[in-house]
Amino acid sequence: MPTKLEDTRKIVLTDVISECEGITSLWFADQWTAEAQPGQYVMAWIPGLDEVPMSLSAIDEGGRSSITVRAVGEATEALCSLKPGDRIGVRGPFGNGYRVEGRRPIIVAGGSGAGSLMPLVRELVSGGAEPTFVLGARTASQLMFLGRLEKLLGDSLVVSTDDGSRGFSGYASGYAAKLMEGGCYDHVYTCGPELMMVKVFMDAESMGLPVQASLERYIKCSVGLCGACAVGPYRVCVDGPVFDSGMLRQVRGEFGVSKMDLSGKVVRVDH
Amino acid sequence: MSKLSLAVDLAGFRLRNPTMNAAGVLGMSPPLLKRVYDAGAGAVVTKSIGPVPRAGHPNPTLVQVSGGALNAMGLPNPGVDYFVDEIVKLKEMGVPTVASFFGGSVQEFAEVAYKLTKAGADALELNASCPNVAEELGMLAADAGNVERVTAAVKEETSLPVFVKLSPNVTNIKTVAKAAEWGGADAITAVNTLLGIAIDVNFRRPVLTNTTGGLSGPAAKPVALRCVWEVSQAVEIPIIGCGGITTWEDAAEYLLAGASAVEIGTAVMTRGVGVYGEIVEGLERYMAENGFSRVEEVVGLAHEAGRYAENSLDRCNIRV
Repeated sequence: MPTKLEDTRKIVLTDVISECEGITSLWFADQWTAEAQPGQYVMAWIPGLDEVPMSLSAIDEGGRSSITVRAVGEATEALCSLKPGDRIGVRGPFGNGYRVEGRRPIIVAGGSGAGSLMPLVRELVSGGAEPTFVLGARTASQLMFLGRLEKLLGDSLVVSTDDGSRGFSGYASGYAAKLMEGGCYDHVYTCGPELMMVKVFMDAESMGLPVQASLERYIKCSVGLCGACAVGPYRVCVDGPVFDSGMLRQVRGEFGVSKMDLSGKVVRVDH
Repeated sequence: MSKLSLAVDLAGFRLRNPTMNAAGVLGMSPPLLKRVYDAGAGAVVTKSIGPVPRAGHPNPTLVQVSGGALNAMGLPNPGVDYFVDEIVKLKEMGVPTVASFFGGSVQEFAEVAYKLTKAGADALELNASCPNVAEELGMLAADAGNVERVTAAVKEETSLPVFVKLSPNVTNIKTVAKAAEWGGADAITAVNTLLGIAIDVNFRRPVLTNTTGGLSGPAAKPVALRCVWEVSQAVEIPIIGCGGITTWEDAAEYLLAGASAVEIGTAVMTRGVGVYGEIVEGLERYMAENGFSRVEEVVGLAHEAGRYAENSLDRCNIRV
């Protein structure tokens, strides 16, 4: 295999799993992806259409890895409509990934944000840590990875739904705040809607807890050159996607507030 | 011996040292450009700004190749009317700012230049050479007459120093450089990326959505350096060298070839944003060790030996 991680590999989808309505996991075998760190992403290429950044939702589980895609636009809808045996291009993994820290971390996932947190949970658990996982969604049918998380975490998995159809009734960030007030956690990880992550960050700050949050922006080059994914002085593609508390404090004026569109114009973050 | 200084003067635009980022690299947002300046660059260059917003080409817009990268971003930018505020922010942060810009016609070039000047940029870089929008806009730098006309029209609208950025994808870059000088250019930036293509053997198709793209990085350096060499023989105005500069030795080569300053881009991919400070430190050591106290003492020095080589070639030709 004469490839480097930055070269595009043509990969065959071995499994396509619908996680819930509009969210699909694509499984494949790829040697470079198998060596990724939790929180890293790959660039997924649908030839003739687009190339989009996708966090890894599984890394080398029985030789296979996965991305988990929410259908929100043309490229992601195309990815979600693929079948086993279909081929796409993959390059990477890119980005910094999560630092695996904390003996009793709390992990707050909203919607498809649970994807990038799955490899982290596995690594935390296998390292002997005891994470609490708050899995939030709009409604019960949108809860992802329930079975896999229950198997990994047992009672340490807690669920919230905005409409109260299962578990805690309300936002995941609200539930997480209540749990954090208990005071027994030493680290916070979060991935999901940015407005949720800001809330989690602010609450953790007030309690002096270190945070790692995975941010999302338009990524074009993925190698830190073009600046399309800038948040403050940082590039999500190489300085991120995981921002720690120090970085988040520095970009407080943008985090949960604004982002650049494809032209570089600053627009509001609305979810 | 006088005290060593890395400061350079480009037609009245004073830089604390001769390094800048290349246009299109990290040039979208003021905080990121501030980071480039804090990392050691003498000044920063913005993303090329046009008359109206452009989203750019769909991904893939960049592919890594041996010795560099091939990109076809497609000039994404939020448009000049929006970007004037970003220039203001950069100036408030105390960052010396070169505004790169383009247009689809002589009139548009002039209008964008006027607005960027009013916004408070320190200098303008006229992008005559993006290889990735040729079908829409045509590549200005392919035609010496157009380069002269556009440069002259822009100079009418601004009192700022105007750097004209040329393309290596021309038959004779000396002619185009001369045309820019005749049009009133204050400096030449040489050069933009080399037109190239990358094909994915598994999918059997070009990788970039735009099919072709611009080659940058170490692979492009010998060609870009030769362009600087030739341009320095053709014009009297200063030259800003650009193409594959990754180390201080690369930067020193450009100075020796005739560049008064340099732009560094793709090296950020391999060396990180810290590359600006590394190159500045290396140049300072080089100057100190070789007894230079000012950058202009180094500029063009290699032409002394080069002239000898060219004379010997002439003698060869006479014998034939």
